[in-house]
Amino acid sequence: MEQALLDTDIGEAELREEADALIEALVPGLQSGTPVDRVVTSSPGLHEAVVGLSLRRARAGATPTATSLAVLALKEALLKAVQRDTRDAEELFASAVFMNRLLDVAGALSFETYVEGREEIIRRQSQQLMEQSTPVVRLWRQVLAVPLIGTLDTARTQVVMENLLQAIQDHEALVAIVDITGVPTVDTAVAQHLMQTVNAVRLMGADCVISGVRPSIAQTIAQLGIDLSTILTRGTLADALAAAIKLIDGPGPDGDEGDGR
Amino acid sequence: MTGQPQPGVPILRLGDVLVTGLLNELDDRTAIAFTEELTERISAEGARGVLIDISRLEVIDSFVARTLMELTTVARLLGARVIVAGMRPPVAITLVELGIELVGVETALNPEQGLAALGWRQAPQPLEGARRGTAR
Repeated sequence: MEQALLDTDIGEAELREEADALIEALVPGLQSGTPVDRVVTSSPGLHEAVVGLSLRRARAGATPTATSLAVLALKEALLKAVQRDTRDAEELFASAVFMNRLLDVAGALSFETYVEGREEIIRRQSQQLMEQSTPVVRLWRQVLAVPLIGTLDTARTQVVMENLLQAIQDHEALVAIVDITGVPTVDTAVAQHLMQTVNAVRLMGADCVISGVRPSIAQTIAQLGIDLSTILTRGTLADALAAAIKLIDGPGPDGDEGDGR
Repeated sequence: MTGQPQPGVPILRLGDVLVTGLLNELDDRTAIAFTEELTERISAEGARGVLIDISRLEVIDSFVARTLMELTTVARLLGARVIVAGMRPPVAITLVELGIELVGVETALNPEQGLAALGWRQAPQPLEGARRGTAR
């Protein structure tokens, strides 16, 4: 059963190598004379061996049980080794306590590193997700669009704004369409983030249209009393594009000539 | 007294539009001197439009924001329209996040579009009449 738990994608040879490294690092760690509870954390070789072991498992997708057991399995091996040396109960007990202390710290360390490794993966993934989920596309001459998918939190808003404003500058765009078809719900926070984005776009000298407002979202916005009256909104992206083109063509030719047709 | 200490920013006149810009190291005194000089020039030369390029500004604090807003108001009172052009993306984001608003200040993506909004065309043609012909 233990074998099944330990059995991950890691091969026999690799396991053996890991165990060897751990044992090898254990010897100078024990000889250094530091107190038992600190041997693992203060001996660089041992620390590195444990950290490396659990990081590898975290990245390979092993379960936390398998990871900590991989370290704690050493207990049994070491106990057996000691048993072979001595039969004296007192001495056996003392070394068992010693070993437990030593390896419990190692187990805790391995677990901590495992979690850290996993968290790093999660962080990296969410970062990637964020970057990939906010593409800025050019829809028309001087019209950009950002299809938003998923919830709009502060971090997302920041990324969206950065990408959008940079694209506006690069393309000399006059209108930016923010499409919220893929945003499941709009609450006060999301609305505020939308307002921020619109304001930033306006500061740059471009205009902003929000599209993809579904009936349910419109109702929520009205019920929450969120004031989006200063923002041009449209139901579909197509309507928004039409509005954007009108915006571009509108003030251009008859800006100073007033209503000259 | 009358904004004589050189603000370091030239104010150019192109027809009835004044073109100027703000430099990055904008301290309070320079800003005030700049406002004064610009106001003087607007009224003295009867400018109808003012274009302020802020693409050099890396930071806009509340003071600069207020200066820009005041300038806009003053210019409007004198009959000129102010357009602030070329704000950088990070500056816009910071302004929005700090909640500083540029109430009433018109913005443009770059000086070119700002000038276009003020009635200048890319082709060096006189403002009146010339454009109407292209409508048909």
